[in-house]
Amino acid sequence: MKTALAERAADVRAAWPPLPRRTRPPRTLLTIRTPISRRVTTTLTVASLAVPFTFWVVLSASGVVPATFLPSPGAVLSAGWEMARSGELAVDVWTTTRRVLEGFGLAVLVSVPLGILIGTFHAAQAVFEPVIGLLRYLPASAFIPLLIIWLGLGEPSKIAILFIGTVFFNTLMTADVVRGVPRPLIDVSYTLGARRGEVLRKVVVPHSLPGIIDAVRVNAAAAWNFVVVAELVNSTAGLGYRIVRAQRFLQTDKIFAVLVVIGVIGVTIDVALRLVRARVGRWAA
Amino acid sequence: MTLELVDVSMSYPQRGGPKLALDGVNLTVSPREFLCVVGASGSGKSTLLSLVAGLTTPTSGEITIEGHPITGPGPDRGLVFQTGSLYPWRTVERNVAFGLELLALDAAERRRRVDWYLAETGLADVRRSLPRQLSGGQQQRVAIARALVCEPDVLLLDEPFGALDVQTKEDMQLLIRQIWRDTGTTVLMVTHDVEEAVFLGTRVVVLASDPGRVAAEARIPLAEDRDLATKRTPAFLGLRASIEDMVRAQHRCGVTR
Repeated sequence: MKTALAERAADVRAAWPPLPRRTRPPRTLLTIRTPISRRVTTTLTVASLAVPFTFWVVLSASGVVPATFLPSPGAVLSAGWEMARSGELAVDVWTTTRRVLEGFGLAVLVSVPLGILIGTFHAAQAVFEPVIGLLRYLPASAFIPLLIIWLGLGEPSKIAILFIGTVFFNTLMTADVVRGVPRPLIDVSYTLGARRGEVLRKVVVPHSLPGIIDAVRVNAAAAWNFVVVAELVNSTAGLGYRIVRAQRFLQTDKIFAVLVVIGVIGVTIDVALRLVRARVGRWAA
Repeated sequence: MTLELVDVSMSYPQRGGPKLALDGVNLTVSPREFLCVVGASGSGKSTLLSLVAGLTTPTSGEITIEGHPITGPGPDRGLVFQTGSLYPWRTVERNVAFGLELLALDAAERRRRVDWYLAETGLADVRRSLPRQLSGGQQQRVAIARALVCEPDVLLLDEPFGALDVQTKEDMQLLIRQIWRDTGTTVLMVTHDVEEAVFLGTRVVVLASDPGRVAAEARIPLAEDRDLATKRTPAFLGLRASIEDMVRAQHRCGVTR
């Protein structure tokens, strides 16, 4: 038996036009989150590198742009080879790498524990987060003059710029990761008899570790940016210094070569940290 | 082990005044009992377990275990959540061993105990698997074994089978009955599934909603030996129907036209 309501509804609905149907477009290369074939992936990746490179070769060979502005790939290669042979490159690479290791290493040593505190204790969050949220918007490069006044022209001011440029971001990113530890995991640990320190050590830290490595990977890239900026001002060695020096003599081929070296080092660090992350975070895959 | 709740009330701060989740709950859980608490959502079932676990403190009233007031969480009250409380980076055996790792036990003793509970819960074959490699039912077995290995006075189950498919759920019901009989532990379980409550419990308590309070209770005079066929006996069906009626009578937000 139909209810009065159902009957009325049927009358109303009879007057409606049919609901328009939408046709579904075919699957294409740009369907959201749809895997593409291995061949297409390879083609696209190779093209993404080959096209700009070809453009560079053609442009420099055509003579439209003077060689002083845009050196040919060959000139860049030989400039790089020359620097490598003279031993200059090794010194520069090591000097810059050491600065990154010291400055960014120090930033990691400070920011990871601090981030864990902020992400774990509301009191630590109340104390540190507003200050760090403000400080991180102050551009590290703007500190260069100040740091030179405070710390002089030597290594300390360069390390300090790296530190300032990365420590705040890495702290807040670590805190975010730590805040992502699921509440039930913490609760259940207490019911299994864990004390506060044990919950931190045996639950919060291991759960956060892959995310912390991700944060370090992102900020390692920033560290490489800052080290070059730091070296542009008053240094006697380093990849940034080499660029400034090359500029003085209009050696654009040398500048290009240094840029390529910086890129290669960056990719190497990124891949290495990705591998560590994949290993540490196997459980999360 | 006797667990006692005397006049326990719990309210949460909320915009527009505190929200009363539990109102004057009195409840005694006797040693070796399997007590099931049923109620609709809003009846404060999970709040009740959280209070007994010591994860939250009641606004008023007292909760005691063997006469000692509960001041915080501890391994004497093992807790199993519905989902997602396993340590994802630890293998099955290391999840189960967590509570024992905190105690001064040598490795051999720890292993002996972990092995026993892995066997009891049917997890021996997957002991080196990670949680993500397990089915939902297996994950809950790990959670149960991990709580039991600490030999709690009472095992607290918060809708432990709520996220499982019906077949797996029945397997788990038989398993928890078997564990309860093998270990002689006391169980306090909350669920919204009346059939489950009647099948598992020696006693069922019905909570009313908004605010949560004890509305009714019933002994379950079924035999100790229960299997899935028990669920089709007239005695079981009668009990189930009468408790369903109690739950419906307390459930105010029905669909009306």
